[in-house]
Amino acid sequence: MKIDATKPLEYGSEENSNKIFGFWIFLGAEIALFSTLFTVYFVLVNRYATGPNGTELFELSGVLWETFLLLSSSFTIGLAVHSMRLGLKKPMMIFFGLTLLMGLGFLGIEITEFFTYVHEGATISTSAFTSSLFVLLGTHGAHVSFGILWGASILLQVKRQGFTLATANKSFIFSLYWHFLDVVWIFIFSFVYLKGLM
Amino acid sequence: MKWDEFFVTGEPMIYGAMASIVLVTIAIIVGLTYFKKWGYLWREWLTTVDHKRIGVMYIISALIMLFRGGVDAMLMRAQTAVPENKLLDAQHYNEIFTTHGLIMILFMAMPFIIGIMNVVVPLQIGARDVAFPRLNAISFWLFFTGAMLLNLSFVIGGSPDAGWSAYFPLASLEFSPTVGNNYYSLALQISGIGTLLTGINFIVTILKMRAPGMKLMRMPMFTWSSLITSVIIAFAFPVLTVALALMMFDRIFGSQFFTMSNGGMDMLWANLFWVWGHPEVYIVILPAFGIYSEIIATFSKKNLYGYTSMVVSMVVISLLSFLVWAHHFYTMGQGAMVNGFFSITTMAISVPTGVKIFNWLFTMRKGKITFTTPMLYSLAFIPIFTIGGVTGVMLAMASADYQYHNTMFLVAHFHYVLIPGTVFAVIAGFHYWFPKVFGFKLNERLGKHAFWWIAISFNVTFFPLFFLGLQGMTRRMYTYSAETGFGPLNLISFAGALGLAFGFIILVYNIYYSIRYSPRETDGDPWDARTLEWATSSPIPAYNFAVTPNVKGRDALWSAKHDNQPIFDGKIEPIHLPSNSGKPVILGGVFFVFGFALVFSWWIPAIISGIAILIVLASMSFDRDHGITVSVEEIMETEKKLRGETL
Repeated sequence: MKIDATKPLEYGSEENSNKIFGFWIFLGAEIALFSTLFTVYFVLVNRYATGPNGTELFELSGVLWETFLLLSSSFTIGLAVHSMRLGLKKPMMIFFGLTLLMGLGFLGIEITEFFTYVHEGATISTSAFTSSLFVLLGTHGAHVSFGILWGASILLQVKRQGFTLATANKSFIFSLYWHFLDVVWIFIFSFVYLKGLM
Repeated sequence: MKWDEFFVTGEPMIYGAMASIVLVTIAIIVGLTYFKKWGYLWREWLTTVDHKRIGVMYIISALIMLFRGGVDAMLMRAQTAVPENKLLDAQHYNEIFTTHGLIMILFMAMPFIIGIMNVVVPLQIGARDVAFPRLNAISFWLFFTGAMLLNLSFVIGGSPDAGWSAYFPLASLEFSPTVGNNYYSLALQISGIGTLLTGINFIVTILKMRAPGMKLMRMPMFTWSSLITSVIIAFAFPVLTVALALMMFDRIFGSQFFTMSNGGMDMLWANLFWVWGHPEVYIVILPAFGIYSEIIATFSKKNLYGYTSMVVSMVVISLLSFLVWAHHFYTMGQGAMVNGFFSITTMAISVPTGVKIFNWLFTMRKGKITFTTPMLYSLAFIPIFTIGGVTGVMLAMASADYQYHNTMFLVAHFHYVLIPGTVFAVIAGFHYWFPKVFGFKLNERLGKHAFWWIAISFNVTFFPLFFLGLQGMTRRMYTYSAETGFGPLNLISFAGALGLAFGFIILVYNIYYSIRYSPRETDGDPWDARTLEWATSSPIPAYNFAVTPNVKGRDALWSAKHDNQPIFDGKIEPIHLPSNSGKPVILGGVFFVFGFALVFSWWIPAIISGIAILIVLASMSFDRDHGITVSVEEIMETEKKLRGETL
């Protein structure tokens, strides 16, 4: 396998740079997926029938904490990749671990919010509005959950093997994924929560 | 749930199907054990990551699905052959036209196209394999899982019965209470994930794995069409993923997306479905155009006329394909402005398509045409497809469409585009590339017999349907009375269907006959072709090319043969190949259990198999497999053997 020393390790072989390029295309497909979900949400947002609407349902405090955690985790995963490029294994693992912990915190608050919604009588089958809300948030949350499991397995591999072509590549791709989830959340925060509260 | 609800009961034909499924399964198991082929099957096929073998598995599955979808078609034509026929009841007829559509589009046309892409594209660009070989195997097994799940619905639980477009509210739990549409959402979802991964894989392969000198505008036209199709897949399939997920939530978890109450909107489904569904039509037709471009150029002994305009027209078609979806439901009341817009975009598609038709005609002009079987299919395609295209423009006019909408005219139209477009193309491609993969041609005499049966019978089957449609016969009617006067034309159509079936039987017999009797090729280029895939030997070695090709222009092999521009001017070097893996097929199996459990809302098996999916994925991530390296000596030995030299 040819290793190109002029590039960062994660781009170090042809296979690695193909994987990163492929993942960008996958993120393109993910954008198509979330755009469709947002469209569905916008189409159905005012069709809340006899159930609650967004203004009645949403509360800002939890959402702000979620936003704070997820945006910070995007920062720490950036620091993790930066440490990786400097070849610092321990700081990389700490920042990577912090990222996952904040992801877990985000998920905890989101699940609590879901319970509150259900408690207030807004289940997935209450109205078209609540269906689209739960599925949009749930798809994002499922991505975060999958990301936490995936990230944990990468962290374990970095711990065992150190920085290799494979682990550096995986860590970098994971950071792309994590930033993407952050971008989606910014749209959810702006167009679901803030707009709903107005 | 009781057992008599689990299995479909009360239909002699379905009991027959059950018995034949059990018998075929036993026969396969006994046969494999008797001939001691389990190890061979596992090592050489089930665990393979070789793009050629995966391609062959796709094509075999597609042929089996063609048979299944064909039987559905024969039953439909038989049922409507005479008025008041009692062969099938309404429910059974509904299930059959639904599965016919699903299987032919998603489990026959798509895998056939993807199979040919798998075999041909890496060879045409001079690559060793696709960019992500193991992902490619996962794609195949997910497709296969989806196909098996949908076919199982026939005997267990009941097939989907709301049409292949599954419009709501008809497809909702309220009006389709069987598990049929659960199968629909899950089988399509699982195979759709596989297709999306294929799309990504081929985009990366074509953009990043080309041999030195193979610039984008030097790529063979089939590779171009595969690239554009892959891009459409990457952006259209996520919409299907969402639509199917929402359908599953509505049916299994009680959400209100497409319901009639609590704010649900049934037309949302129709929009989402066709935002994917119309690009899907171009996903199956563009590679077909690519196949015809290769075949027509090869058998006219000329380079493809208007290469650049071919590429541009495909790009334009791919963009327009996302802007025409509402023409599938002009009559559902979205107003004159919207209909006008979609009417214009739809008609606009005929312009780039027309450009392509003229390019093929000009490619043949003054060419030395040889009438081989693949060329015959390509020649038949042009006029028949044009009839399909012209009737398509008729349907595109929104105001006129109020007359044709959901009549047999529409059925005739889309069979006139899809059969000469896609089916003729994959059969032509099958005959054309068969010697590349297996090292011998299909018998030409039998091939031509099959062609004439198929081409003529196709017209006998579907041309009468245009008139039936104009007379007012709607699609999906399971029977009609004698007073309607639909009888005679339907009977003619049934006769045509019998001819089509006979043509396909000859085609299958030809495969058997050729395996036994066809003379083996000694050289990798039996058709005197133009592109790089014919530059390596047939059958193809695992590493494709002993020496990485060096491309100096379009039609690389033709230039090598006639303008003395050598392709292989490098040295043999050790080649790195990915090693086999059993995990993709295991992943497919786990997905099957997961899908099946969700269909019946068996939560505990669904959760267990859902966790199992994550475990298989994690174990793939932890694999530290670096593949195998083929040494120079091994390559030389293989090359000698392929050239027929004694060691």
